[in-house]
Amino acid sequence: MLREDVDSTTRRTLTQTARILGALRLDGPLLIGLGLIAAYGQFVLYSASGGDWGAVLRGSVRLGLGVLLMLVFAQLKPGFLRRMSPWLYALGLLLLIIVDAVGYVGKGAQRWLDLGFMRFQPSELMKLAVPMTCAWVLRERALPPDGRTLLLLAALILVPTALTIIQPDLGTGLLILMAGGIVVLLAGLSVRIIVGLGIGAIITAWIGWYFLHDYQRQRVLTFIDPQADPLGSGYHIIQSTIAIGSGGIFGKGYLRGTQGQLEFLPERHTDFVFAVIGEELGLLGALLLIGLYVFVVLRALFLASQMRDTFARLLSGCLAAIFFVYVFINAGMVSGLLPVVGVPLPLVSYGGTSMVTLLAGFGMLMALYANRKLAA
Amino acid sequence: MSLRGIIKDFWREQRLFEQRAIAAVVIIATLSLLLVGRLVWLQVIRYDYYTDLSQGNRVRIEPLPAPRGIIYDRQGLILAENQPAYQLELVPEQVPDLDATLQGLVRIGLLNADDVDDAKRTVRSRRPFDSVPIRLHLSESDMAAFGVNRFEFPGVDIRTRLARSYPQGETAVHALGYVGTVSATDLARIDREAYAGTSTIGKVGIEAAYEDPLRGRNGSREIMVNARGRSVEKLGTLQAALQTRPGEPGTDLFLTLDLEVQRVAEQVVRDQRAAIVALDPNNGDVIALVSRPGFDPNLFARGLTRTEYAALNDNPDRPLFNRALRGTYPPGSTIKPVVALAGLTHGIIEPDKPFFCIGYFSLPGSSHRFRDWRPKGHGAVDLRSAISQSCDPYFYSLSNQLGVRRLNAFLGQFGLGKPTGIDIGGEKSGILPSPEWKKTAFKQRSAQVWFPGETVIFGIGQGYMTSTPLQLAHMTAILATRGKNFEPRLVRAMRDPRTQRMTELTPSPLPPLQAASAEHWDLIIDGMRAVMEGGSATRSAAGAPYSIAGKTGTAQVFSVAQNARYNESAIAERLRDHAWFVAFAPIEAPRIAIAVLVENGRSGSGTAAPIARTVMDAYLLRKFPPADAATPSGDVTEE
Repeated sequence: MLREDVDSTTRRTLTQTARILGALRLDGPLLIGLGLIAAYGQFVLYSASGGDWGAVLRGSVRLGLGVLLMLVFAQLKPGFLRRMSPWLYALGLLLLIIVDAVGYVGKGAQRWLDLGFMRFQPSELMKLAVPMTCAWVLRERALPPDGRTLLLLAALILVPTALTIIQPDLGTGLLILMAGGIVVLLAGLSVRIIVGLGIGAIITAWIGWYFLHDYQRQRVLTFIDPQADPLGSGYHIIQSTIAIGSGGIFGKGYLRGTQGQLEFLPERHTDFVFAVIGEELGLLGALLLIGLYVFVVLRALFLASQMRDTFARLLSGCLAAIFFVYVFINAGMVSGLLPVVGVPLPLVSYGGTSMVTLLAGFGMLMALYANRKLAA
Repeated sequence: MSLRGIIKDFWREQRLFEQRAIAAVVIIATLSLLLVGRLVWLQVIRYDYYTDLSQGNRVRIEPLPAPRGIIYDRQGLILAENQPAYQLELVPEQVPDLDATLQGLVRIGLLNADDVDDAKRTVRSRRPFDSVPIRLHLSESDMAAFGVNRFEFPGVDIRTRLARSYPQGETAVHALGYVGTVSATDLARIDREAYAGTSTIGKVGIEAAYEDPLRGRNGSREIMVNARGRSVEKLGTLQAALQTRPGEPGTDLFLTLDLEVQRVAEQVVRDQRAAIVALDPNNGDVIALVSRPGFDPNLFARGLTRTEYAALNDNPDRPLFNRALRGTYPPGSTIKPVVALAGLTHGIIEPDKPFFCIGYFSLPGSSHRFRDWRPKGHGAVDLRSAISQSCDPYFYSLSNQLGVRRLNAFLGQFGLGKPTGIDIGGEKSGILPSPEWKKTAFKQRSAQVWFPGETVIFGIGQGYMTSTPLQLAHMTAILATRGKNFEPRLVRAMRDPRTQRMTELTPSPLPPLQAASAEHWDLIIDGMRAVMEGGSATRSAAGAPYSIAGKTGTAQVFSVAQNARYNESAIAERLRDHAWFVAFAPIEAPRIAIAVLVENGRSGSGTAAPIARTVMDAYLLRKFPPADAATPSGDVTEE
């Protein structure tokens, strides 16, 4: 009797929650996954900032802003999103050109525009605008795309990529390139072209080497052999691998990571926060976080596969995949698998506008899923 | 839903997307496994390695320098001790810009502009995390000047350290030596770990020779540091089993030096370039070791500026030069008693057989005259008066008959031509010439030939032969004890500062001399007694309540041409002869053997002998002249 009561209460609560989520056009499992990651992130941030409640507070405000934006985006009609794509792209491109021009005049690196109340990075906008526009273009064409379409897409992707890289911001530039590229891959780019592009990329990398800034080259060289300059550019990687390695399976304990707390670990609450997790919470703590990420990515991919509209499917699939790319690049960099590229750990790293962009992207994804039955 | 006339196959596109999505899942799974594999590699397989690195990062071992041993004289008076001093130290890795920092310190007057380069070199030679002293002995106003500007100098701080201090100032500096800042050359030969946290090292003298026992052993303390090297002991959440290992303080030394006698000896040659060595002939204990002029070792202990060092180094009187150990001078007539003993031992002379001195000596078949110091000669002399009057022709003739090899061998038994083995370093051997020596000393074939005339002057301690004041004191000690031979020593005992246990060091005897018979010793010593009683140094022995045996000597700086007269007044002061005097007393039971050298002192009897008398009075009678007493002057009789 009692059991039945409890069961029915639970069922009622669940049904009610599902109804509320449905009304808000949110996906329950995805929301839970994102929420757990964000909570974990704030928990770790307290330790990684050296016990600074101020940092946690500011992080939470930013998180709140992202959640708000996600809610707003979730309410948008897929058709509106689609039609907005080229305009968003045009705006982003214009702002990128302005930022580059200002940077050129001011003779220095320039990545953001000061809007007075906040600093806005146009390249951050492009991380969404580029895949949106690519999906928009592909929706109008038969898939897999033909040669002319591919050339158009290449131009749409490479121009903002180039404008971002010359800022100079290699990391974000590559992410924009990948976001666009993933859309094209999901659209069914033939395997032959993928292989061809792969070879092309190697050649480009070879030639591109000569156009890299010294500090960018240094990053690559340091990646290949961090010990060559242990106190200079190799310092970051050496210290973060020491932090992770010394964490062991169970970690040194929350707030007890010597590498992080004694500041041997640089950027410990921003780009290198993953090392703090590895050090204080060990392999188990890191696996938990990776597990949450993989869950979110798989759920998002599943949602994408349920969509009937090409634009929705491609954009959602891309948002899911690029989320994983962020995680992999950041964790790979911190654990010494990849060179040091300034990519934050999604929803965990402190600062930057990336958390807002990411949550806005998931808002779009949920909006597209809520309207999956429609060809947008 | 306008598709601009393009026919889209929705089912095909759906399948295509699903294929790609599956491919994406496969890739994501692969990359995730790669990431997990990497984490397992770092956190499980290489865990121990990274734990060590992490431990090395956060725990730094800070040295706890041991206090240096204290040095006492034979009565227990302190010659060297440690005083707390404030010094400016710099940790290289915490200094953002070394040049700017040093220039800044010059600007606020804490560093001399001349010393910037030296400081920079010192800093570079040390490990980046060691605290390097760049300025020792800060005054109150220095500390105030730094305090006001401290914020400008990250990585620079004032530390309290125990610094070496020499309360007796210049006294005995050439025996004691001094400590100085560890230099790059020192670093090349020492164990850096043993000197971590220590800014000074014994440079010369006892401080250098007994560096190891004096230094003790550094302790260490583990401290937890953050990335900027700052100690973070207060961070309670990070538990670290930090260990402290106490050091061992350095061993205290008790010297053989008698500080009161040493002071008298230094006082008496205060304004001269001179050396005095007084030994206890019964065990080799150095009673006094003087080299004048001297200098204040505290200058070195507190860090000498470049200009201060240049002033000492460029002084024409060479205060840094240890004349007692490193000054080599022709011994002159001081070796005549030993030469006479050689003559007796080899049966060449008979003590009472008269020798007629006509003022010069010539080798058979040669017209070259080896002149006596007294132009008209001494007339008839026997062994006793030959020694007491220092008759040169007697010894020219004797040397000629002995020959260079026997002379060399016999003098060698008295420790001449080789280091005495004193327990501090830097001692010179001097030269005890021989035909073999000449072959190695000269490059030119023609210069390598040994001439008979060279044997002749060898016998009066001229020519190639040179000796140090220490060697002649040692020789005199052997004469005094009729052949007993000890290595001179400055340290007689060591004390462990923790247990206060004293360890007496045993004197180091050398094989005693057995060549001479008791009768011969008597004859020689009688000759030396005659020097003081009616002989060349009579006036210096006047009124002595104990018996003295002595011998004067002069060492030529400037050789006088044949037939020319030695015109003293015309010769510049620096070209005048060096004055020697060696003696021991009392004759019956010798307690002190002494050698005195006065550079350009002209006369052994007039200059050197009275000095020796003053020192012997101080030691044997505990008779100390007032500190401002003028240098005694005796008769200026030539030898």
